[in-house]
Amino acid sequence: MGKPTDLVQGTLDLLILKTMALQPMHGWGIAQRIRQISKDVLQVNQGALYPALHRLEQQGWIQAKWGESENNRRAKYYSLTRDGAKYLRRQQAQWSRLSGAIDLVLAME
Amino acid sequence: MRLLYKLPLRWRSLFQRRAADQDLDEEVEFHLQHQIDEFVAQGMSAEEARCAALRSLGRLQQTKEECREMRHINFLENVGQDLHFGLRMLRRSPGFTVLAVLCLTLGIGANAAVFSWIEGILLRPFPMVAGQERMMAITGTSRAEAGPTAISWPDFLDLQHNCKLFDAFIVDQIMGATLNVGDHAAVVTGSVVSANYFDALGIRPILGRAFEPEENYGRNAHPVAVISYQMWKDLFHRDPAIVGKTQKFNGQPLTIIGVAPEAFHGTFVGWAMQFWVPVSMQERFVPGGYMLEDRDAPWIEGYVLRKPGVTAQQAQSELSAVAQRLEASYPETDRGHGIKLYPLWATPFNHAGSLLPILSIALGVVVFVLLIVCANVSNLLLVKAFGRRHEMTVRLSLGARRGRLLQQLITEGLLLAGAGAIGGLILARWTRNLLVLLLPKRNGSAMFLSGAVDWRVLVLSAVACLASTLLLGLVPALQTRELDLASALKSESGGVSGGRRRALAQSSLVLIQVTLSFILLVGAGLLLKSLRAVQNTNPGFSTLDVLTTFVDTKSAGYGSQRVYSFEDDLVDRLRTMPGIQSAAFARSTPFTYRPYSAAPIAVDGYVTPPGEQPVVEYNEVSAGYLPTMGIPLLSGRDFTRADNETSLPVAILNQTIATQFFRGQDPVGRRIQVKGRWLQIVGLAKDSKYSTLIEPSKPFFYVPMRQSVPGTSLFVRTSLPPRELANALSREVHTFDANLAIGEVLTMREEIDRTTAEQQVAVAMLGAFGGLALLLAGIGLYGVMSYVVSQSKREFGLRMALGARAPDVLRNVMSRGLLLTMIGIVAGVVVALGLARLLGNLLYRISPHDPLTFTLAAVVMIIASVASCFLPAWRATQIDPVRALRD
Repeated sequence: MGKPTDLVQGTLDLLILKTMALQPMHGWGIAQRIRQISKDVLQVNQGALYPALHRLEQQGWIQAKWGESENNRRAKYYSLTRDGAKYLRRQQAQWSRLSGAIDLVLAME
Repeated sequence: MRLLYKLPLRWRSLFQRRAADQDLDEEVEFHLQHQIDEFVAQGMSAEEARCAALRSLGRLQQTKEECREMRHINFLENVGQDLHFGLRMLRRSPGFTVLAVLCLTLGIGANAAVFSWIEGILLRPFPMVAGQERMMAITGTSRAEAGPTAISWPDFLDLQHNCKLFDAFIVDQIMGATLNVGDHAAVVTGSVVSANYFDALGIRPILGRAFEPEENYGRNAHPVAVISYQMWKDLFHRDPAIVGKTQKFNGQPLTIIGVAPEAFHGTFVGWAMQFWVPVSMQERFVPGGYMLEDRDAPWIEGYVLRKPGVTAQQAQSELSAVAQRLEASYPETDRGHGIKLYPLWATPFNHAGSLLPILSIALGVVVFVLLIVCANVSNLLLVKAFGRRHEMTVRLSLGARRGRLLQQLITEGLLLAGAGAIGGLILARWTRNLLVLLLPKRNGSAMFLSGAVDWRVLVLSAVACLASTLLLGLVPALQTRELDLASALKSESGGVSGGRRRALAQSSLVLIQVTLSFILLVGAGLLLKSLRAVQNTNPGFSTLDVLTTFVDTKSAGYGSQRVYSFEDDLVDRLRTMPGIQSAAFARSTPFTYRPYSAAPIAVDGYVTPPGEQPVVEYNEVSAGYLPTMGIPLLSGRDFTRADNETSLPVAILNQTIATQFFRGQDPVGRRIQVKGRWLQIVGLAKDSKYSTLIEPSKPFFYVPMRQSVPGTSLFVRTSLPPRELANALSREVHTFDANLAIGEVLTMREEIDRTTAEQQVAVAMLGAFGGLALLLAGIGLYGVMSYVVSQSKREFGLRMALGARAPDVLRNVMSRGLLLTMIGIVAGVVVALGLARLLGNLLYRISPHDPLTFTLAAVVMIIASVASCFLPAWRATQIDPVRALRD
């Protein structure tokens, strides 16, 4: 049901958090940024993006504020909370460990 | 920290839903706009771009719904919806709702009432008293006799001085005093208390003062009293200047120094105390003479207050240690004596101990009743649930999860149980004084046995409510689990298989009801039979034609000689009156709470085993007491008026004492030593019961009043009804002395019945609940059988078309109902055999497995089930085969 089947479970959160770590962003911006950075490999469907944003907000990792977008529309900007930043660091470290481990296994001859 | 972010969000989700939804719309719209912009930038027209964007975004509404779900509010939102919906459902079928709520009110109310009794009578029995959780009852123990004994004042003081783990030792010895109120005498119940009584309990008099420490000491040195609010109101009409006035109690003028607060009833479970006097006044108010300096004279019952943090075991072991030291220091008086503490609910010297078994049984019974009620209401719900099968199926096929349906059903159960709980608590509040009404009243002595509805009762009732909610919601919920979408939608009109399953669920519920009501019936039957056995026990004296009362010579200030001569004159006068055969006086009335005198005795030629000092109870009686009471003399003679202060001291023994001390030989002519004085034995009386019907035969003897202390209890052997005698007696007594008053006139039978009050309460309670359970089970059975018949119309129609006659059909239906009942009874027998032992010492001369009772209960159950099955069965015979088969 709209789950990002092309993404490893749980990585969507990580991507979203990482993307907004630098500056507050709105949903559209987050989706675009992920697409650009991943060179169009990762396409975040809005059907997955917005529920994830709302969930992260409810969990207190990110907070939302209404602001003006670059083309003068009212947009909802999300930014990391302090706990969110910590959570991101933890998740990132765990991801590195995991992907490193997978690489090791795959590098086996 | 995250909570700071989360809470406002939850708040917003719940209470500013519209705003939150608007935000969401706007956010998604923003996304959409961007997408359109992008498509336009790629060269589409505005219209095309919008369509493409909408397509690429896919299911917008679903996304929004998922976002909403992420806000975690659906659960609570659903509860709101369910409540709303549930209320509408209940409103739509008011008959069902009223019936269900009434049943639940009864079930939960019975529980709440019993909880409140246990709380108000056993756990925290004394309103206003501080530190009740640290309070314990204290009595003595003796190696020579079983059960609690009293404690002497010197021992009590030593315990107080030598123990370190207690905040207070309190003397609280109940006693009665007579007061002249107009032309009748009233017994008021009071207490001899230590001077620290009010301070230790944290009670401040509303007028005047409490006792001072020195008021413990000095023989009759402090004739002062604190009176109850009740007495202040009734007797002194709330006189604001009451402090300093005097009132005669037992003929003793006491200065009233204070008035206790209205809600304070003293510390004796069962009775409301009317006045309190300090320990120094013991001689005037506790029978047995002056005892304050006598270590060998036990008379004290009381309480201790443990220091905070001290456990009951620590307290007991310190007391035992001190008691052992006392034993060593005073071997001649204290040998074999110990001290024992009891939690308040097991206090041996007030009504707590006797109500404990009743209230525990009541607790079991009301839990049963609640289960039966739940089974019954579940049954009703089941019928409704089946009617709602269509609704449930539609909801399921529209994508509702089963959990969601379950939530809905439980919410509806909660609504019913909640309404029942509110009704139940109101019921408990109304019935908090019910026990007082059930127990027989005694003039002048206000009973106080009040339930307390406090937070603990509220919590327990809430638990009962939740438990019933679960039970209620569960059955229909299980039913939905079996809903099969396809078949249910297809064969809406009457799936036979679904009906079977439902009948099974209903049958099991009825089975539970039959089983539980059978158990209650057995309990009620056993207690009733036991009560009969107690009441049929021969007390050993006449009960119906002996009336008893008292003449208040004490309040009138008569001295001993004047009492004797007045009483002789009155007895002579009474004997000449028509309808009166004889009359006599005594100090103690059998079967009343006030104790007999008791004394250690010694007998010529009987060697006391070491460590045993036989203490025997006796009564001081006038000439003619034994014949008036109808107690036969087996040998020797009755007392006469010549047995007086100047003649040889004499006694009459009962059979048990004669057997025990004279090895069955006729003791007439021998001697017995009582309190150091030798008494000549002049008669041997038949054993009788002295305090309760169920006591074993015990040693007892009589002494002439004139050689001991005067008594005021009057016994009249007459065929007159009590009211008539009361009038005649009042008149006669007034012609002697206008200041004299008489007490309540009762037959000895009534006096005896008061001692079986607890059993009567238990029987009444179990009987009422057993009847109720039977009714509910009957209704349940009726419901099931009606349903079975309505579902099997076609089957019966077919049978009748094939030649079955009405009696066959009738038999068929009845036998199904009876089969259910039989299974229920068998289950009930098994459980009841196990449970009946719990009735324990409430059963007298009857086995807890009494076959007759079990048989009778089964017969009653079967009759009830035949009655409830008959109507459905008869209806089955009225089925028109042609119509049933065509439908």
